[in-house]
Amino acid sequence: MNVAIVGATRGMGRALARRLAERGDALFLLGRDEAEMDLSARDLEARGAPASVGQARLDLGEPDGFAAALDAADRGLSRMDALVVTGGLFARQEELAADPARLAALLHGNFTGTVLLCQQAAERLAGRGGGLVCAFGSVAGDRARRGNYLYGASKAGLAAFLDGLDLAYRGRGVRVLCVKPGFVRTSMTDGLPVPPFAGEPEAVARRVVAAMDAGCHQVYVPGAWRVVMLLIRALPRAVLRRVQF
Amino acid sequence: MTRVPGRVPAMEDVAGWGRHPVTRGRVERPEDLSLPEDGEPLVPRGLGRAYGDAALPAAPGGLVLESTRADRIRSFEPATGRLHCEAGLSLAEVLRLFVPRGWFPPVTPGTKFVTVGACVACDVHGKNHHRDGSFGNYVDRLTLRTASGRLVECGPDRERELFLATVGGMGLTGLIVDVTLRLRRIESPWIVLETQGVAGLDAMLEGLRLSATHWPYTVGWIDCLARGRDLGRGILMRGRHATQVEAGTRGRPRPALPLRVPFDAPEWLLNPLFMRWFNRLYAWSHGTALKRRIVSHDAFFYPLDAVGQWNRLYGRRGFLQYQCVLPRAAGPRPVAVLLERLAVAGAASFLAVIKDCGPASDAYLSFPIEGTTLALDLPNRGAVTEALVHDLNATVIEYGGRVYLAKDAVTRAEDFARMMPRLGEWRAVRDHWDPEHRFRSALSVRLFGDRA
Repeated sequence: MNVAIVGATRGMGRALARRLAERGDALFLLGRDEAEMDLSARDLEARGAPASVGQARLDLGEPDGFAAALDAADRGLSRMDALVVTGGLFARQEELAADPARLAALLHGNFTGTVLLCQQAAERLAGRGGGLVCAFGSVAGDRARRGNYLYGASKAGLAAFLDGLDLAYRGRGVRVLCVKPGFVRTSMTDGLPVPPFAGEPEAVARRVVAAMDAGCHQVYVPGAWRVVMLLIRALPRAVLRRVQF
Repeated sequence: MTRVPGRVPAMEDVAGWGRHPVTRGRVERPEDLSLPEDGEPLVPRGLGRAYGDAALPAAPGGLVLESTRADRIRSFEPATGRLHCEAGLSLAEVLRLFVPRGWFPPVTPGTKFVTVGACVACDVHGKNHHRDGSFGNYVDRLTLRTASGRLVECGPDRERELFLATVGGMGLTGLIVDVTLRLRRIESPWIVLETQGVAGLDAMLEGLRLSATHWPYTVGWIDCLARGRDLGRGILMRGRHATQVEAGTRGRPRPALPLRVPFDAPEWLLNPLFMRWFNRLYAWSHGTALKRRIVSHDAFFYPLDAVGQWNRLYGRRGFLQYQCVLPRAAGPRPVAVLLERLAVAGAASFLAVIKDCGPASDAYLSFPIEGTTLALDLPNRGAVTEALVHDLNATVIEYGGRVYLAKDAVTRAEDFARMMPRLGEWRAVRDHWDPEHRFRSALSVRLFGDRA
């Protein structure tokens, strides 16, 4: 595959890009920090990416730049046939609640920006016979919790969009995959209390790549979260009101 | 900057691989190895395989900076084997990525779950020390983040004093950010292994000496509960990388089944009787005949890595690992004295590892010197075990030997000073680059008088 990836410099995105590089997929990095992308590109090349790994600037908060970034990816990869968006913003509920500007930026990047980017990419891929669009939601979007419903809302909206995108574009050859990570140990979650079923980025990457290959429309990582979320979604509202959850 | 504003790392238990001592610390795992701006003291840490207190904060609740997420490869030259990587890259990753391409770490300790940065900071040695020396010999360049936050490059030919103080300097001269090292060419991922049972210490030392001329990797396992005539009884092992012809049609070694010790073993498990029989069984399983076979590099270099968290076998109180080296000039006697003392105390556990070392490195605090090194586990029984270590240290000092800081948890400052003739030079370089001793650890408080 020729994969353009947003957010490959850190955490799950880094692990995922490595896994793709090691099996020989061509990669193109999109992101905000060019120095960081430079370092990650060299890392991916040393790990086996087939050609030199290119990069272009993309900020999920600035949709005006998306077309140019996708053009650059198309040029760098000869022809992009997959877009993966692992990047996103995260902050704790109390941080978001206290700072409306920060909340707006998070909603704008995680939802508006990601939706606009994926929509554009899907259209582009459909026009040339198909491909893959993959973006990272979160289990936090599956059911609102009082502890992180602001972040969760941005991911719930994204999940609904990806669900629809899959229905709309699969007939035109575009597969859409929504990844729903539970708690994964990365620098994003550093310092937060670690719940049961916490996962490692490398294990997440393995599962996501398998789901990409299998053409799934949704994958929970680590796998245990699929069952956990099934139960949590089934909880009656009265219970949710009562427990500190 | 990966630090999330307003988020402080949670307090957690921090211990070395020996699980003694244990303290509390705030562990940060940044991807970019920057230092906090407030100048707070900190201790660098890799994968936590040092046994004692080398990567424990100086005071409970102190800051620990774990490097494992700084693990990017900056470049690799396939023509020369030069690898430039961030300090948190593990040897396990180096092996996974580069063995299939025909390259091997130039020096490897007995576990692959160590970071490249820690290999430098401890100047680790391996089964090839008699021939190839220690890890620092293969390092061309280091980037260090010094106490002021500035990045400084050093190497054998640049800022040489800082380099010599950092190799083996236990992370106390600055934070190692990236490392350029030279990998070794290999023809196959397989090892030609010869094992032979030996009856006693003299035969073991002689076997190591004779093997050293033709074999790049040598090591002996000693039953340290054997006494008298049997003192030093054990198994001699020697190995080399197999050629393509020897490897034949074998492909890649298959990864071992993931085994783990799921919980702390009970205290009574490692009683002297059990250990005596374990050691006998181990010796018996190898026999005395010379045997040659081909094994994977994992089986040869990292037998213990096959069992995840094997340190739990020593129960909740943990264990101390004792490793010393005795100079060749002192002859075999001090080795015999140490083994005798251990056998009498009945304190040692399964097996001791014995190995001959080649010439010492120029690095000020590098552990190996030309002679014989002995490493063994001592289940932690509190004051008794500490007293035994001090007692062993007295013998080691008497004969001009020293202990290995990556294993140590209890050696006294005055004893360590008597073991290391170049300690003063090291202190001077450290003071120059880090006058406030911002980089400090439980070990540096214990041995170098840093403030807790």
